[in-house]
Formats: sequence, C-alpha cells, structure tokens
Amino acid sequence: MEMIAFLINGTFVFATALIFAALGGLITERAGVINLGLEGFMVSGAFTAGVVTYYAEQANMGGASPWIGFLAAPIFTLLFALLHAIASVRFKANQVISGIVVNMLAASSTFFFVKLLFDGAAETPLLHNVFSKASIPVLSDLPFVGVAFFSLYPVTYIAIALAIIIYFIMYRTPLGLRLRAVGEHPGSADTAGVRVNRLRFLAVLAGGMIASLGGATVTLTMNSSFTFHTISGQGFIALAAVIFGRWHPIGAFGAALFFGVAQAVKDQIQVVEAAKHIPNEIFYLLPYVLTLVVLIFTSKKSSSPAALGVPYEPGKR
Amino acid sequence: MTAQHDIVLELKGLTKRFPGIVANDSIDLQLRKGEILALLGENGAGKSTLMNMVFGLYQPDEGEIWINGQPVSMDTPSKAIELGIGMVHQHFKLVPPFTVTENIVLGMETKKGLAIDLKSSAQRIQELSDRYNLNIKPHAVVDTISVGMQQRVEIMKILYRGADILIFDEPTAVLTPQEITELLAILKGLAAEGKSIIIITHKLKEIMEIADRCTVIRRGKVIDTLEVAAASPEALAERMVGRNVSLHVDKEAAQPGERLLEVKDLHVKDSSGQNMLRGVSFDIRAGEIVGIAGVDGNGQSELIEALTGMMKIESGSIRLEGKEMANLSPRTVSELGVGHIPQDRHKHGLVLDFTVSENSVLKSYYNNPMSKLGILQESNIRKEAERFIESYDIRTPGTEVLARSLSGGNQQKIIIAREIEANPKFLIAAQPTRGLDVGAISFVHKQLIAERDAGKAVLLVSFELDEILDVADRILVIFNGQIVGETTPSATNEQKLGLMMAGKLGGESSNG
Amino acid sequence: MAKLKSLMNVFRQESIWISIISIFLGLLIGAIVMLVGGYEPVLAYQSMIEKIVGNPYDIGETIRSIMPLILTGLAVAVAFRGGMFNIGVEGQIVMGSIGALFVGYFLDLPPVLHAIVAIVVGAIFGGLWGMLVAWLKTSRGINEVVTCIMLNWSALYISHIVVRMFMMEEGTARSKLIQDSASIEIPFLIQWFDGARIHWGFIITMLLLVGYSFYMNKTKWGYELRAVGSSKHAAHYAGISVNKTIHRTFFISGMMGGLVGTFEILGVFKYLAIAPTTSGLGFDGIAVALLGMNTAIGILLAAALFGALMYGSQGMSFGADVPGEVIRMVVSIIIFFAAAPGMLRVLFQLRRSTRRKEVSARGNDSVSH
Repeated sequence: MEMIAFLINGTFVFATALIFAALGGLITERAGVINLGLEGFMVSGAFTAGVVTYYAEQANMGGASPWIGFLAAPIFTLLFALLHAIASVRFKANQVISGIVVNMLAASSTFFFVKLLFDGAAETPLLHNVFSKASIPVLSDLPFVGVAFFSLYPVTYIAIALAIIIYFIMYRTPLGLRLRAVGEHPGSADTAGVRVNRLRFLAVLAGGMIASLGGATVTLTMNSSFTFHTISGQGFIALAAVIFGRWHPIGAFGAALFFGVAQAVKDQIQVVEAAKHIPNEIFYLLPYVLTLVVLIFTSKKSSSPAALGVPYEPGKR
Repeated sequence: MTAQHDIVLELKGLTKRFPGIVANDSIDLQLRKGEILALLGENGAGKSTLMNMVFGLYQPDEGEIWINGQPVSMDTPSKAIELGIGMVHQHFKLVPPFTVTENIVLGMETKKGLAIDLKSSAQRIQELSDRYNLNIKPHAVVDTISVGMQQRVEIMKILYRGADILIFDEPTAVLTPQEITELLAILKGLAAEGKSIIIITHKLKEIMEIADRCTVIRRGKVIDTLEVAAASPEALAERMVGRNVSLHVDKEAAQPGERLLEVKDLHVKDSSGQNMLRGVSFDIRAGEIVGIAGVDGNGQSELIEALTGMMKIESGSIRLEGKEMANLSPRTVSELGVGHIPQDRHKHGLVLDFTVSENSVLKSYYNNPMSKLGILQESNIRKEAERFIESYDIRTPGTEVLARSLSGGNQQKIIIAREIEANPKFLIAAQPTRGLDVGAISFVHKQLIAERDAGKAVLLVSFELDEILDVADRILVIFNGQIVGETTPSATNEQKLGLMMAGKLGGESSNG
Repeated sequence: MAKLKSLMNVFRQESIWISIISIFLGLLIGAIVMLVGGYEPVLAYQSMIEKIVGNPYDIGETIRSIMPLILTGLAVAVAFRGGMFNIGVEGQIVMGSIGALFVGYFLDLPPVLHAIVAIVVGAIFGGLWGMLVAWLKTSRGINEVVTCIMLNWSALYISHIVVRMFMMEEGTARSKLIQDSASIEIPFLIQWFDGARIHWGFIITMLLLVGYSFYMNKTKWGYELRAVGSSKHAAHYAGISVNKTIHRTFFISGMMGGLVGTFEILGVFKYLAIAPTTSGLGFDGIAVALLGMNTAIGILLAAALFGALMYGSQGMSFGADVPGEVIRMVVSIIIFFAAAPGMLRVLFQLRRSTRRKEVSARGNDSVSH
C-alpha cells in the first residue's frame, strides 16, 4: 500500500515535466503547426533554469533562486520559439524541418554557452537551491493520499493547474474557439475575420514558452544541474503524449501521467529482486510502443487537427 | 427601380495580376441597393478573383473599392465584414467538427464573464433563421448536416454579422434542383428586405429567373452590363463567350453494333461506408455514345472509378466483350482496352510536375518500346510526345516543359491524345470540356464522335445538359446512385431531363 | 558545349543561390557568435580547415565522416522524391547496426563472404524498419512523421536491450566486438591515410550515389516513385500501385539508413555502444538532402560540406579553444535559411531578378524539377 503511494508520488514527479511540454505542444498543434521542437524548447528551458538559478544563488537570492530560474526559462526560450514561428508561420517553411532545426540549434547553442560561461565545463555547477517537495498542511498528514497527492513539488501543482486552465481556454472561451478553428479549417477562420497566421504565430510562441517550463522542471527537481543529457528524449515523449492524448488537454495530461507511471515503476521496481534481470530500457521503450499501438487501433478515425502541418496562405490560387 | 439608384458598392479600375496572367483587368462595376446583380462569365474569366478582392482575401494591384460613396481599403476579410460585406464561397468555409452555432459566432463571439456565451447566440440564430426562413438547427454538428443546410449556415453567418452586401460564388453548383429552387426563393426574399446581392454564376437560367442586372466578364475584362428583363439568354451567352454561340455538334446518326460493355447490378460504397451506387445496370454498344446526366454527387464519380478499376465494388458485374473486369486493377482494366479521360485533369489526368513527354506515356511507360528491362527509352518517349503534339495540335514550347505550364485546353489535349492513341475499345469521358474555351470544346466533341464512328463504345459523363443533348446518342439519368431513366436527345429536352435528374420523372424504359 | 551550358543553367536557378547564401550566412553568424563570446573566429576557422586537410590521417577521417552523410542524405532524398518525409533514418541506422552486429558477432563465415552477408543483413534490417513506417502509413493511415519518431526511439532502446541480453562486453557500456572476418576495412588505404578508418563502404556509397541518379531518372521504378511523389491520385489513375511504390520507396530509403549503421559497425567501431541518444546522422541527412536539392551531385557536395565542417570542428577546440558546438550551430543555421527561402528572398529581394532566369533555364534542364 505504501509502495503504491510512493509510486503515485513518483509518477507525478516524472510526469510534471512531460505535462508542461505536452501542453505546450498541444497549443501549437491545435493551432495547426507541427511542433517537433519540443525537445529543443525543453533543452532551452533546462539550460536557462540551470544557469539563471546558479547566478541567482551567487547573488544570494537563496530559496527564491529556483523560482527566478523557473520563470527565466520561458523568457529565454522565446528566442527559439520565435525562430520556429518565423520560419514555419511567417515564411511557410516545412514545419517538421523547422522543429528539427530548433532541436539542433537549442542543443548546440546551450552547450556552447555552458562552455563559454563555465570555462569549458560540460555542465553547469551543481545547484544548492532547487525545488523541494512541498507538504500541504493537514492534507499531507492523511494516510496514503497524503503521500500520494499532497507532498509534491510546487511545480507539479502549477502543471496541474495549467492543464485545467488550458482546457478552459480551449473549450470555453472565444480564444479557444478561434484557436481550434485555425487548426481545423483556417480558411473558415480567415473569412470569419480571425487573423489566422497571427494566432498561429502566438500559439507557437506560447507553446514554446510553456514547453520550456518542462525543461526547467527537470533541472530544478531531478537533476540539480544542466548537462548534455539532462534532456534526452523527454520532448519526444511529450509529443507522443499529445498524440496519445488525442490532441485534447486532459487527454495529453493523462497520457503524460501514464508515461510518468512507466518511469516511476522503473525506479520502484529496482527494489524487487526478481526484476533486476529486466533491462531498464523496457520502461523507456514503453511510451513509444504504446503510442504506436494506440495509433494502429484508432487511426481510422484520426483526431489530429485537420490543417496540422499545412501552412496557410490566403492569396493562394 | 427609379432612375435615382443608391450605389452601395462600386469598383473602379480593379486590376489583379498573378504570375503569368492578368486575372482582372481594370474592372468597373456598380451594385445598387436592394438589387440582385449577376456576374456572368466562363470558368477562369476572373469572377472569383474579383469577388475575393471585394472581400479582402486578395489585394488589388490597381484600382479602388468604394462602399456607400466612400473609398475603402479592403485589406482583410474582417475589414470587409466590418463594412457590411458577406460572402458565401463556392467551397464552404465551415469548420466540420464545430456546431452550427460555433461556426456562425466564430470571430464575433459574445462573452459571459471570461467564457463564451453560446446559449444566447444560439437563440439569436434561431430567431434569424425563423425570420428569413432558413430552417437551421443551431446545435447540429456541421459534419452531419446536408449540403443545402451547410449553405444556409453560410448565409446565416453573414446575416448574423449584419451584412448588407451579400456575395454568392457559384451557389448552385453543389445543390439538387429542389435545393436550388429553395435557394433562389431565399435570395429573392433577402433582396426584398433591402439586402444587395451579387451572384457569380455561369448558369443563364438562374440569371433570367432572379437577377435584376447582369455584368458579363470575359478574360478578366468587363464586356457589358445588361438589364436582365430586356435581355435574352442568347444575348447573354454571346457576350459571355465572345462570339455567336452555336454549340450544336454536327454528327451522323449512330450505327450501334454489338454489345461491348455490360454493367449489371453494380453496388459501390465510399470510404465512409455510404452506398454510392445502388444497383446500376446498363450497357453500351460499339459505335454509340451513351451520356450520363445527373447533378454532381449522385454517384457519377463512383461509377467511373468502378468501371476503371480505381475503386472496389461491393457486388455486381462489369463485362467488356464478355470478359469480367470488376475489381481488376486500374492497369489491367486499361490493358483490356478501357480509355479514361478523367473528370479532374489536374488531380488525375496529369502529373503536373512531369514534363509533356513523361505525361504522354503515363499509361505506357512500363512497356516496350517506352522501357526495356526497366530502363526508360527516352528517345522513344520523346517521339511519342512529338507525335501527340503534331497530330493533336498541342501548343507547347517543347516536349520537355512541365505540364503545369500549359493552358487548360492544351493539358486536356495531352490527355485526350494519350487515351485515344492507346486505341481503347471503350472510352470514358468525364466532364471532358470543363473549363475549356469554345474552340477547345468543339475539338473535344469532334474527337469523341470520331471515336464513336470508329466503332468504339463511348461513355460521356457530364453535368452540362447541353453537352449531353448535343453529343450523346442515348441518355441515362443517374440519381442517388441509381439509373432512374433512359431516353434519347430527340425524345427529350432540358426541362424533362432536369425533372428526371431530380428523381421526379421516369424515362420511357428502365433498361435498354 | 551543351554540358557547359546546362552547368551554367544550374547557377541561374534560384535554389542554388539559396543554398550558397545559406552556407555563407551560417558561417558568418557562427563567426559573430564566436566574436561576441570573446573567441577569435578567424583562428577558429583556420584551425578547423587545418583539421580537415592538415595531414593524411585527417583527410582520411574527413572522408570517413562524409560517407554516412551521403547515405543519410540519399535516404531522405529518396523519400522526399516519393512525396514522403523520412525522419526515421535515425532508427533505421540503429537497426542496420543491430543486423550487422548480429552477423558479425555470431556467424562464422570466411572473410569476404562474412562481410558481404553482414552488409546485406544490415541493409535489410534498415530497409524493413523503414518499410514498417510505409506499412503503417498505407494500411492504417498513420502519418509517417509520427511513426518515424516513435520508431527512432524504439530502435534505440531495442538495441540497448538486445546488446544487454546477448552481446554485452562486461564492465563497459558497449557490445562485444565483431569477428575480424566481418571487417570491411581497406588495410592499404588505412596505411596510406596514416590509420584513418577507410573502408569498403566508401566505394559502395559512391556507387549508390550514381545508382540513385540513374534509378530516379532513367528507370521505370524511378518514374513510378516520382509520379507517386508528385501526385498520388494521378499515379493511381495511371495504374501505378501507389501502396507498393510507397513500400518500395521506404524500403530503399531505410536500406540506405541501415547501411550507415552497418558500415559504422563493420568498418569503424566494430561494436555498438549503449548511447543515451541516437547518432543524429539521420537528422543531418535532412540537411544534406535539403541543401543538395535531392540531386546526386547536390547531395555529394552538401555531405562533403557538412562532413568536413563537423569533423573540422574538433580542431577548433584544440587550435582556438572554441567549443566545437559552434559548428553544430552553423549547420542548424544553414538548414534554417535553406528551409525558409522566403526569408532570404525578403532579405535580398532575389525573387524579381531570378524568376525570369529560372523560366529561361527550365526549357533546357530536364533533370531538375
């Protein structure tokens, strides 16, 4: 019983970063722009959080340091998001290639900057002030649920709140209606007076910034520093979560949690003697294989935004 | 109307160029308050381009747009909407998974606090629907409603936005005859309420029925503006095509031979599982042209695709000279002697990014003499293309230019040359003259008749009744996936055919 | 004379200029980044060039780094011409290495035959992994981009699992070595290049480059592939089996990827390492195909450029103390500009002056589209 409580707790820990990145990917893709750059946005976020938190520590900001790093992540990542938006929305570049460029450029430039800032070192200095799990008074003392749900990192609560907010915006506000229209049938949105490419541009920026929070989360909860393998594949798992969750905010949230379980199980199972012979990679493999399986069984009624990947050109003949 | 008209919309010298062509050349046009103005012209004359500029989708290269006596710059559709202009596009601009209400309010939603207020909007839509007799269900999902209702949703969209100038781009193209009647009544009602309407069309009958005036456009220029009450359909047609129209085709009486094609009880479902053909049976003899008349979407595409092997059939049989060819591959069907001039030459008939040479051998590239041991024989391929260019008078700078760069008529000639020169026993021609100018149309018709006279079986599928009446020897009427009647050009006319196409009247016999 | 004329026409095409300007801008921005970072860009580029051509060993190693890029460039280009996007080359590389490793480690065969069998199996492994993408696309309608991503990571972790279960070299993070009989090294060339790891894959790669051009433009299968790539509907109408062509295209594409992994195993490393991510060569292939405009000669040139840059970047950190990552940045920037030609047109207002020339060039040049 206690193990299950820890498992749930662990799930949230692993899933938090995925939730942020998946939500970021979701916003972009619902607007009709493929987001293969999630990995790059996460790298950028992880890097910024690592560097800014370090300098905040140096400036004696103490416990506020990780918060400063966390909030700095989306601001710096705006640069990469702008790149994706300009190339794919403004200049109609192939959105897949544009996303791949974001990944390549984010990886190379952040490592370049780390070496530049820290005298050729391959990673940022170890952070002393990172997020610690916040126990919610009273609730965290409850048996089982206390451990499972009420002593998590503060960013986890933010991620959950963000999922709900994005759901509300997407399905209950004019902005959401327009965003979905732009991703489904931009021609309709345009004739209805919605500025299609402007909305897509903003969606790419917002998506990149939110995804960067996922990268920051990894640095500031699990890793305590930024190295070249801080982010290795989480961005793609997040993309899988968007697809697995059928481009729906709650679906993507659920998928991120589900993929988090796989990771948490891996950590918990180490304790069990018999499981030591199972290669760890089975658990890494799981999200991708499951997503494929889901696609195989549901593809006939595809739920991806109809105009996903198609640049919108109003003057096209 | 009195002599003093309020001009609600005026276009002054509008010009729009696309790479290679001038789509609109210094167009002047006036729309009066409360009138229905028809904009008449052939395909490609520049009507849609003009209206897209009025609606802010394209920017004019030169010229001005005036609304209610004021010059305006129409840079986006939202600007147009703001100025009271609404447009119903040929291809509906609706978001399929959204409800009717969501589609209508998109872009001008009402809010309740932070959230969208769909309830009150739905109410208003219901009221407007009742007032203009549009019969719209606000809560239905657009995906699931009929084409006719989708169009009424489009009309509601612009009424909801308070438009006073309504533009309709080929509004009847996708409608059944009943739906057309309903639509025309709605348009008259709207004009009576003081709305000013522009309707883009090339159907003379509709213009005569509802329009007050008619502006004719040809090759991007305004030719004339006529009072419809004082004009004859012939005069309109002449202005539209630019010469005396005699689309009548000279041909001898058919000399049908033995039965070449026999189709029995054909059933076909589309990809979503809907029954598109429900027991179609007919046959064609050598040396006759059988025309299929019907409104678009009644199973014509499926019939053609089934006959050519491009689509699987559920049941039934298709025999060519007694040989069963149902559910064979397109290649086998073609090798058995079926030629096919497809309905959409850009989508099917040509690979637009291939050269004229490459397109000339689209169906023969894999065989000797076009390829040997899998290797393309370039000189043979080029010779074939040169032969086509020569004998079909294809106007092209050479054999190695991309098909994309040729005019529609010359593109069609490549297809016709390829299909006819393959010497098929049975030739299918689907909408073979769509979008062509008059000269090219008569060329195509002559070719079809020559094939008939050479003893081939020809199937002509067309949405243009004139074409069917002029070219076919025997007419089958298709409605809702079934052949509902059979007749001959001499025994019928447009009115009778129209009724049959609407499923209202049977032919002399159901099988020939 | 006619040859020369068509060569000149190539330079009249806008896309050539897009490529050249992209390369120039990439290197320029790289220099600016170095300058701002307090490094010496001139010295850095100098030491990079020295690293590329400084001595026989480095020349050999540069050639070795170019080869996989040619293959991944071809892999991406084949799919592109067939109207599809193969971003799954990464995974196909991994599967190729698994195939080659299996044969190289487990089978006992005489020297030349062993290598041939290993190459064939590696190529087929990559080809089948690629065809899986095609099959999911044609039978289940799943977009190939999504499948490719899932299969890339799946391949990586499958390779880890396979190595751990069957061939782990104890105490290291890699597999056991292949047998010497499966090696495809060319000893005399290696000697010639002072130990640079030159292998038979070089010859095969160059043959494939020529074969690509021939297959695409001169055979009926290439005709079918291009027809499907330009218009699936027209291809279907013409009696070409679209699904079969898609399968074939992805098999060929995957085979190219598989060969990359195969050659790395048999000719360079002799083992498969447990790495946290895939090699990235497949993504570089997109850059190569894009910059090389999917033509054989373009792919060769683009691969040579990227391969040399990337190998030379090692010299930068050594000679000028500049982090080699700056070259990865340069490469990304080049693709960025090459992928969004509209941006360069706005920057240089190329459109007006080249549009006219492009039309005149079209009449003479039958190969490019």
